[in-house]
Amino acid sequence: MDVQDAQKIVLSGLHVASDAFQKVPGSAVIIRYVQSSYQNDPIRSAFELVLVIFFIRYLLSPSYSTHNKNFVKLTDDEIDELVDEWQPEPLVPAVTAHEENDIERIPIIAGPAGPKSKLANGKTVSNLASYNFYNFNANEQLKERAVATLRTYGVGPCGPPQFYGTQDVHMKTEADIAKYIGTEKCIVYAQAFSTISSVIPSFCKRGDIIVADKAVNYSIRRGLEISRSNIHWFNHNDMDDLEETMKRIALEQTKKKKLTRRFIVTEGLFEIIGDSVDLPRLVELKEKYKFRVILDETWSFGVLGRTGRGLTEAQNVDPTQVDMIVGSLAGPLCAGGGFCAGPRDVVEHQRISAASYCFSAALPAMLAITASETINLIQNNPDILTTCREYTLALRAQLDPRSDWVMCTSAPENPILLLVIKPEIVKSRRLFPEEQERVLQECVEETLSNGVLITRLKTAPFAHTIRPKNEDAWCVQPALKVCATTGLSKKELEKAGTTIRHAITKVMQRRTSAKLSVPS
Amino acid sequence: MPRKLSNPFSASSSERSGEQRRPSTSKSNRLSQFFSPSQKNKEQVSAQQSLLAMQQLNSSSSPQITAPSLSLPTISLSTATAGEPNSDEPPTTLFSPPSAAETRKRRRMDAQFGPLVSQSHRYVSQDTGEPLVAPVLDEPPYYYVLTTYMSYILLIFFGHARDFFGKRFSSKTTYKSLKAHNGYAPLNDDFDNFYVRRLKMRLDDCFARPTTGVPGRYITLMDRKSTNYNQTYDFTGTYTETLNMSSYNYLGFAQSEGPCADAVEETVNKYGLSCCSPRADAGTTDLALEVEQEVAKFVGKPAAMVFSMGFVTNSSSFPALVSKGCLIISDELNHASIRIGARLSGAVIRSFKHNDMSELEGKLREAISQGQPRTHRPWKKILVAVEGLYSMEGTMCDLPGILNLKDRYKFYLFIDEAHSIGALGPNGRGVCDYFNVDPARVDILMGTLTKSFGANGGYVAAEKTIIEKLKSTNASTQLGESATPSVLMQILASLKLITGELVPGQGEERLQRIAFNSRYLRLGLKRLGLIVYGHDDSPIIPVMLYNPGKMSAFSHEMLKRKISVVVVGYPATPLISSRARFCVSSAHNKDDLDRLLVACDEVGDILQLKFSTGIAGGLEPLPPGVTPEMEQEWRKENGLERVVKPPRWALEDIISQGVRDTKEPLR
Ligand SMILES: Cc1ncc(COP(=O)(O)O)c(C=O)c1O
Repeated sequence: MDVQDAQKIVLSGLHVASDAFQKVPGSAVIIRYVQSSYQNDPIRSAFELVLVIFFIRYLLSPSYSTHNKNFVKLTDDEIDELVDEWQPEPLVPAVTAHEENDIERIPIIAGPAGPKSKLANGKTVSNLASYNFYNFNANEQLKERAVATLRTYGVGPCGPPQFYGTQDVHMKTEADIAKYIGTEKCIVYAQAFSTISSVIPSFCKRGDIIVADKAVNYSIRRGLEISRSNIHWFNHNDMDDLEETMKRIALEQTKKKKLTRRFIVTEGLFEIIGDSVDLPRLVELKEKYKFRVILDETWSFGVLGRTGRGLTEAQNVDPTQVDMIVGSLAGPLCAGGGFCAGPRDVVEHQRISAASYCFSAALPAMLAITASETINLIQNNPDILTTCREYTLALRAQLDPRSDWVMCTSAPENPILLLVIKPEIVKSRRLFPEEQERVLQECVEETLSNGVLITRLKTAPFAHTIRPKNEDAWCVQPALKVCATTGLSKKELEKAGTTIRHAITKVMQRRTSAKLSVPS
Repeated sequence: MPRKLSNPFSASSSERSGEQRRPSTSKSNRLSQFFSPSQKNKEQVSAQQSLLAMQQLNSSSSPQITAPSLSLPTISLSTATAGEPNSDEPPTTLFSPPSAAETRKRRRMDAQFGPLVSQSHRYVSQDTGEPLVAPVLDEPPYYYVLTTYMSYILLIFFGHARDFFGKRFSSKTTYKSLKAHNGYAPLNDDFDNFYVRRLKMRLDDCFARPTTGVPGRYITLMDRKSTNYNQTYDFTGTYTETLNMSSYNYLGFAQSEGPCADAVEETVNKYGLSCCSPRADAGTTDLALEVEQEVAKFVGKPAAMVFSMGFVTNSSSFPALVSKGCLIISDELNHASIRIGARLSGAVIRSFKHNDMSELEGKLREAISQGQPRTHRPWKKILVAVEGLYSMEGTMCDLPGILNLKDRYKFYLFIDEAHSIGALGPNGRGVCDYFNVDPARVDILMGTLTKSFGANGGYVAAEKTIIEKLKSTNASTQLGESATPSVLMQILASLKLITGELVPGQGEERLQRIAFNSRYLRLGLKRLGLIVYGHDDSPIIPVMLYNPGKMSAFSHEMLKRKISVVVVGYPATPLISSRARFCVSSAHNKDDLDRLLVACDEVGDILQLKFSTGIAGGLEPLPPGVTPEMEQEWRKENGLERVVKPPRWALEDIISQGVRDTKEPLR
């Protein structure tokens, strides 16, 4: 029998061991001691022996092994010498000429940010660079409410939400947003930019799986990085590719009999491209493969949909089917802060585990009230949105089909027009991204000298973020950013559009001739 | 209200000797005596005059005629309507009483910023010039350590037992998010979530108490109660005005009246609500640039930049400073934002024991001599990140010690002055000011504007080249929202008040009041016999509770006495050192602190918190004729060499001697 065999082997092994042991000088004493103290109970003695061996090993091991084998032992004098010799690099490398140029070109606005803004140099320009789509910034009623709030709450809440920083206004804003979107609950953060960077890691941990669109914005990338989850990428807005990826992951997990949390992260309106995702399809896939969806509506909340509720309203999806909706109150709503809306357990979990909520002061009451008010305004006057869309189309008409040089990648309802240099031109002129940036910066400057302030997509921060591995080809495509606003009349917008178009043409043609004259 | 002045404490001391604790009734009398106006002395009128003057100076140009001060806002325990004028008490003035509206306004202002009781309640926060010694950490008797561990073991045991059965047999929704259902993995890991569900939930009502109004000297809580063990709350619709020992309102700029609020109102009307754009696009206003200049000037650096959130200031700045091949050595107690920023930078991170200079030196020597792991290439650069004032410990960084090391080891220094800016130093300019160190010796001075300035956001101040680099590479300036005009103006106005450019004298008063208040309260708590952490001049005063159960008990007892405090426990602190934290503000006056001391005395007895051994301070004064220099000798002579008497002062002695002793080196 097996058991007997095993026993035999063990016993013979023990025999050999005891023989060997008896040869050790002094072993007899120990054996006598063990025998007498344990009344010849070999199992118990063996157990004790194991303990002793373990103890000795523990004692002999280095107290803590901070130093690996690679550690070089040095004397104090040698260390002193090394310390004297060591020269650190400067804290920051010198500012490059480009950066200096960029800093110098940042427009300085004297006074309020409005559809017509006064620059520090005294010039008044049409401002198509701000997210002030509905010109709420100049709304007297909102200002009045903000001042009234100031007079009851002061400015800052002087503490994080968990420590007496939660004010009734925050709870009201949260309730307002939840009701507006149609989710169970909502949580308001103090800054929109960092909201999703905290939301993602509060749910996605090491070992979890996130499937993200390749073109997600910077904040999402930061969130992905902090989460330490396994990131999979799918081609921008390619739902088939997404399904492929999800299927693969689901299959893998069923094979391994391992179920982790799985998330899809994408945007309502993409910050760097401007188009929107096919949400019904996404939700269908999510249900099929059991993923949760984190939808970043930073640029679509207050913009898309009949009453501005965002992508869910625009594409007729039940908002409760999206697990987390993240959005901003700082853009067109002219308030401040960000939010995450979702079911109760999703929201409550963030209150104790989202870093930028727990470890940062709450949103100033004035801004929370402003957000509530602007949401109310949009909800009750949807024509604000219709007008804005109409104006956006008018502005776009001046640019997209008419310009020979640029095209607009934004969705038609997106008041932020992202204009990229047409692919054939990029190709024929072999414009690398850096070069495109420079061309576009020239366009911005040329436009400004004609009285219209626009800006360009800032791509520099993306250079240091997480991206698909082995894919050097993907990078953010530089673009011009033109924002429509209802603060200007439709005529003015169209005129501004023409100005921009002409400026682009001028710059591109200048470049052509420059290229021809200076062979490189 | 009874108004005996002879010896308001006679009743209480007899009561104590009788070992009987009757917390509420008799003590409320005592308290009301405490805050009765007759305790004021003459100087108060002038202090209030100055406060009022600053108010008027801004709103109108009327001459400095002050309304007679009516009364201190009183909160009596019995009625708890703060600041109602003592109706049964005729105003002790010769002037005609002010109108009801005026009284209300006065009271509102006093609830945000308490009037100074006496000019003697001021102190200048400054380093003594001696090397910074780490505060002595007192330890509780073993009994408390043991019971603390036992509490946690019990909590964990019951928690797991409940989870075990709950997950199998209960259909409650609480367990739903823990179980895989419908093909989805649970949203929260059991393990990650266990502490929250099973430990924190029990004291959840001590956290996130909703408030309304200004978080100034008083803070108004919205009363709520829970019928399901803190799963959900119902608001009762009532409000409680409590003494605010919880907000980071160091200089008392949380105000809805006064020069700052006036300036902010004007700004909202002029600039609107928002800048609507990131700084790098079209969000750079003249106002923002002015604020940056002023911040730079204030902290003593050539340039500064302002962010819309303090957290992001840290988490987005490190990547611009260090990268792969660099080393960050970070204090183990650094704030989460620093840790996230450091992690995102791609640099290697090591930490050293809190404020331990010899360990820091050891780490530096090892790092420089060993170079990078595996390759032994020298580090490109080493950045040491510390905080000026630690928000859970109340300790300051040992700046002189770090600078000594810096000269030798050539690392770069990053100081997060989130809590220290405004709160420390004779001019409120943070740790450099406090230790009288040239700010140029620190490479990066970062801070938040959420705390002392009553605004929101953060700043980084450094050499021009560094700031320019940050401006051109920092993601949150390129892509994130910029600070709103209202917030910017709050920063600007409060800065100018601190420096004295606006309403001269007021800034100084604020600075000196917080310095006095911090020392006074700390000394008082030590003398009561509580274990208190932190440096003497720090406005953050943690009081050790140890047992987890005492956290909620302390918070509730304090709330009963209309005082709101923050309690913190694991994981924000080590497992056994749960604590309550008081944040002292300029907006408090001595009466407020006395009220807190009375409460701590009572609660300390009820909850058995008075177990300090005396090694950390609060000792009896030396006998007359013995100076601190002679103490050693005197002790030797009297055979008291290693005898430390645990301090258990009587309340009346603490209060009567506090003001004088606060200004001496604390013992
Ligand atoms: C040391 C430290 N740094 C940064 C922050 C974050 O500042 P804010 O609340 O402005 O986001 C805090 C706030 O608690 C802090 O204590």
